[in-house]
Amino acid sequence: MIQNQLQNRLENPNAAVAPIRAGASVRFEGVVKDFAGHRALADFDLTLHAGEFVALLGPSGSGKTTALRVLAGLESTDAGTIRIDGTDVSTLPTSRRDLGMVFQSYSLFPHLSAGENVEFGLRMRKVRGEERRARAAAALALVGLDAHYDRFAHQLSGGQQQRVALARALVTEPRVLLLDEPLSALDAQVRVALREEIRRIQTELGITTLFVTHDQDEALAVADRVAVMRDGSIEQIGAPEELYTRPASSFIADFVGLSNRLVGVVRHGFAQVQGVALPLVDPSQADGPVSVSVRPEDLEFSAAGAPGVVLSSSFHGSLRRTKVRLGDGTALVVQHGARLHPSAGERVTVRFTGAPVSVDPISAPA
Amino acid sequence: MTPVAPVAHAPTRLVRGLILGSIGLVFAIPIVAMVEFTLRSGLAGGHDFSRWTALFQGGFAGPYRAVLVALGNSVGLAVGTVVLVLLLLVPTLLLVHLRFPRLRRLMEFVCILPISIPAIVLVVGLAPVYSVLGRLLGSGVWTLAFAYGITVLPFAYRAIQANLDGVDVRTLSEAARTLGAGWVSVLLRVLIPNLRRGILAGAFISVAVVLGEFTIASLLNRNTLQTSLVVVSKADPYTVVILSLLALTFAFLLLLVIGRLGTVRTGSRRRPTTGGQP
Amino acid sequence: MLLFLLVPTLIAVGTGFVDETGAFTWDTVAALGNPVVVDAFANSFGLSALTAVVGAIVGAVACYGLLGAREHGPLRAVVDSLSGVLAQFGGVMLAFAFVATIGIQGLVTVVLRDTFGVDIFADGVWLYELPGLVLPYIYFQVPLMIITFLPALQALNPHWAEANATLGGNRATYWFRIAFPVLAPSFLGSLLLLFANAFSSYATAAALTSQGSQIVPLQIRSALTSETLLGRENLAGALALGMILVMGVVMSGYSVLQARAARWQR
Repeated sequence: MIQNQLQNRLENPNAAVAPIRAGASVRFEGVVKDFAGHRALADFDLTLHAGEFVALLGPSGSGKTTALRVLAGLESTDAGTIRIDGTDVSTLPTSRRDLGMVFQSYSLFPHLSAGENVEFGLRMRKVRGEERRARAAAALALVGLDAHYDRFAHQLSGGQQQRVALARALVTEPRVLLLDEPLSALDAQVRVALREEIRRIQTELGITTLFVTHDQDEALAVADRVAVMRDGSIEQIGAPEELYTRPASSFIADFVGLSNRLVGVVRHGFAQVQGVALPLVDPSQADGPVSVSVRPEDLEFSAAGAPGVVLSSSFHGSLRRTKVRLGDGTALVVQHGARLHPSAGERVTVRFTGAPVSVDPISAPA
Repeated sequence: MTPVAPVAHAPTRLVRGLILGSIGLVFAIPIVAMVEFTLRSGLAGGHDFSRWTALFQGGFAGPYRAVLVALGNSVGLAVGTVVLVLLLLVPTLLLVHLRFPRLRRLMEFVCILPISIPAIVLVVGLAPVYSVLGRLLGSGVWTLAFAYGITVLPFAYRAIQANLDGVDVRTLSEAARTLGAGWVSVLLRVLIPNLRRGILAGAFISVAVVLGEFTIASLLNRNTLQTSLVVVSKADPYTVVILSLLALTFAFLLLLVIGRLGTVRTGSRRRPTTGGQP
Repeated sequence: MLLFLLVPTLIAVGTGFVDETGAFTWDTVAALGNPVVVDAFANSFGLSALTAVVGAIVGAVACYGLLGAREHGPLRAVVDSLSGVLAQFGGVMLAFAFVATIGIQGLVTVVLRDTFGVDIFADGVWLYELPGLVLPYIYFQVPLMIITFLPALQALNPHWAEANATLGGNRATYWFRIAFPVLAPSFLGSLLLLFANAFSSYATAAALTSQGSQIVPLQIRSALTSETLLGRENLAGALALGMILVMGVVMSGYSVLQARAARWQR
């Protein structure tokens, strides 16, 4: 099936490709995983809809890789269930879960050529000679490496190796594709190119995909939904835009995108910060001292506002970010057009142009 | 940090225990036999520590005096060999590493080469060399240090090179020079302190090799620990086993120390990996 | 360096080509065709091959047993040091160990004789002859195998086992289709190293057998020390030449295999 599909693609690259088959749905329910006294997954719940691309994002040690490995069956669970298309697979061995997985790096079998690596999973499924080679070649073509069938891993670049690993994971038409930081060992340029390629192929095949990464750019750029993990469970899950504009906590606000942390007080549905009343996304917020997160693009230099001194300014192509210290010592990053070029020591005034993306009450010391 | 997942291909506890237990048991037999052998008293078949006490209380007197002299010779030789090899090898390796990286493969080839040339073959050619040398320098035991320098070269090279590969010597020396250090200070204050584990490991392994060397000393008729053991064995097959046990134990402890040197280095350099996976 | 490595080697090989007057001759090299010499080479080959194969297999199994042990744990520390002692330091002392074990009055000999009524020397005392070398040689071959092969086994990437599982393979497919082929160059390389080790080993044999020269290193000894026959020193050169040739072939094979293994195991 994949073969015809790919053949078709090769002959007519611009034709719209319908999904090969609907991917499977995946559901983690209350999964717990302990490693020698350390709780890697704590009552972990996550649902992936059929054909969806979900990124698991989080700092190291947050449990994201463990979640993926538990789904793959490479780690056992201590409690909870994992369902693929409604069937509990928690006790099924990895080899019978029908998954494709791409590892961080160097997972190609070194004694086999690229083509033979891709053939491996088909060989395990007793697919015979000609058909096996044809399907492996088609899968390599899918990742743009059909000319490298006979190359060995040590003759391929890091990016090419990961493409072969992707082809190897996809050729068996698995129900779910698991990506364990597949780009983290690659150069910046290759990373961006390959992540877009992965997304393109995923969309074409319609395969349910779980993508683990610690790089927020990567997660936001490719995923349908991003789940941010912290201490073994999901802190927030949502579309990239939602995570960015409506972070559920200051942790998310800090982890996804840049933000300035400021102290203030909530009163009558407004946050009083630096003498300015900022509107609240959630007007029912209880009164009291709070810590608010403000995006650098929600600040600007203006004639009126909070006075401060420029500390430094950095250039980012079409825009600049300038660090300012306000009168009370608070440091802020302001994002503005690249034409403006503040120099260190310059006196400026900063104005708030948008609402804080998150507001966390501060428990006042008793 | 998430603990590392068990390696999927590692044996289970039971299998490991069975494998290591049975191999360990078989390999313990000769050692146990040695110990038992030294404890035999007379032909009656009893066991006691008389041979051990005789050896130690006698203060290595009488026929064992020769062993002590030979041990002294071997220790002196070991020290001489280590000094010789380190003085030549450390600066050469650093120079190749920093200035002539292209020579590295050649250097490696030359240093490892002695492994391919059996000591017994080396002796055939060393005999004439030493007969010339004997006329110039006398036939002291210490002249063997030159030959031993060759036999320990591969071991010393590996230990030091492994350390050298793990330290960014180039950056360190460049940093030191930008801070105003001359070449001598760079070598003594920056490079050697950073290479001391490799140098120590190389020195210890060289000591072990020299103390265990028999072929060259025997066929060039020099009196070293190993050759004297063979001489003693002809007269007293029991005591020589005691001496062998002592020598083996000493070598074991020496290598244990070398192992510790390596462990400390890798132990303190470990960095947490992202996601806790290996 | 030159003086003590190349000069002796060249002299050793060179003396194989001159007679006692110093003139060039093929005669001494031709002595390599002498039945006694041919036998010695055959014996050395047989002994080295047998102990290398047994040592490699037992050693590889031991390495597998060590796989789960922590790399910096006490078990590994002890095994590493013991292996080093037995493989590189033992020599003469191993001879004494085996005299104490399977000598005429050795522990195992006595126990087998008195308790089980088995006389291991019923057909004569073989410990001081060629067969007597087999057990001591294996005793230092296994530790050498552990030293050389364990790093290769440990370098097996756990991701390969995991990739095998996600692709539908089981334990058997992992070992037979991935681990064994990947390890093959390292294993064969270690096997060659063990062969070379036994082939060039002298101390244990010299300490164990004071008479007869059934293997090449012992023939070199008798050629060097025998004063009864003139021109024997040149025979030593010829024997040395023979050994160097064998070692050259074996060690080249070893380095080729090592290079391949290194390429696979980044």
